[in-house]
Amino acid sequence: MRARRDSGFRGTECDQRDVALLAAIEDGLPLCARPFAQIGEAARMDEGEVLARLRRMCAARVIRRLGLVLQHRALGYRANAMVVWDVPDADIDDVAQKIVAHDFVTLCYCRERRAPDWPYNLYCMIHGRERRLVECQIAAVKRAAGLDQYPSRTLFSSRRFKQRGARFSAPAPIPMAAR
Amino acid sequence: MDLTTLEKDLVNGWQKGFPLVARPYARIADALGISEERVLEILAGLEARGILSRVGAIVAPNTLGASSLVAMRVARDQLDEVAAIVSSEPGVNHNYEREDNFNLWFVVTAPDADGLDATLARIEARTGHATLRLPLQKAYHIDLGFAL
Repeated sequence: MRARRDSGFRGTECDQRDVALLAAIEDGLPLCARPFAQIGEAARMDEGEVLARLRRMCAARVIRRLGLVLQHRALGYRANAMVVWDVPDADIDDVAQKIVAHDFVTLCYCRERRAPDWPYNLYCMIHGRERRLVECQIAAVKRAAGLDQYPSRTLFSSRRFKQRGARFSAPAPIPMAAR
Repeated sequence: MDLTTLEKDLVNGWQKGFPLVARPYARIADALGISEERVLEILAGLEARGILSRVGAIVAPNTLGASSLVAMRVARDQLDEVAAIVSSEPGVNHNYEREDNFNLWFVVTAPDADGLDATLARIEARTGHATLRLPLQKAYHIDLGFAL
């Protein structure tokens, strides 16, 4: 079964030039006076078109946010917990609304289950500076959302191997020797 | 890592709503009451210290191309090696060790579903480990930046 498309984008078309533009900014906007003009050179469009397309994609919520993307670990946010639950499908929307009411919750998703190894469908991420504080926050979420009754796991991250933005450019071919 | 007041103002104020104008850093500079050059300097400094990943876009999941969260169960003594192979894939953008028997977690994006299949098949072939694919069904809340 394929993932259902995220609801924020339905009804909006992105064309090839939009994709080219997202590819041109995937490593970030340059730190110079006219960054959109410079991006335009890479995406083969003028500054006005770059701005118009970005405005449209922001309005259509294809771009959920445009701005500074931080490395939370460098800022001391090292206690990063992913908490998962197996919640009945009929209840998941209500439970999720109670989870996202907490402002310390960074992300909240529903994902497909993979029984028997991974029966969980509801995910919540909390980033904090102190593990003990994050554990208290998890307990608060569980209480407020009535989550104690459902099977659950908490997975703190220990090491980061890689973090960067999503890729929209065509991947470079991988050399045969590395396959 | 400690931030100056100016750095905090910049970081707290501009994780979203980046000005879509020809000279965005000048617009930010006006709001902060400093010069455009100073804004660019501060951003370059944050980048050099590893705090700023980029000035960029967070694109809604699964709107363009295909993506999935993926988990793997890897023996401890093989984890570094397997993680390095996973990270070497251009389509992998987050790759973390987590405290669980499913201990390697990453996100893969590809231009389409076939590309995603191909990336995961390559990772399985190169590492000799199975992947558990956990595609998104619904986002209730996504990263909108955070206050410092």
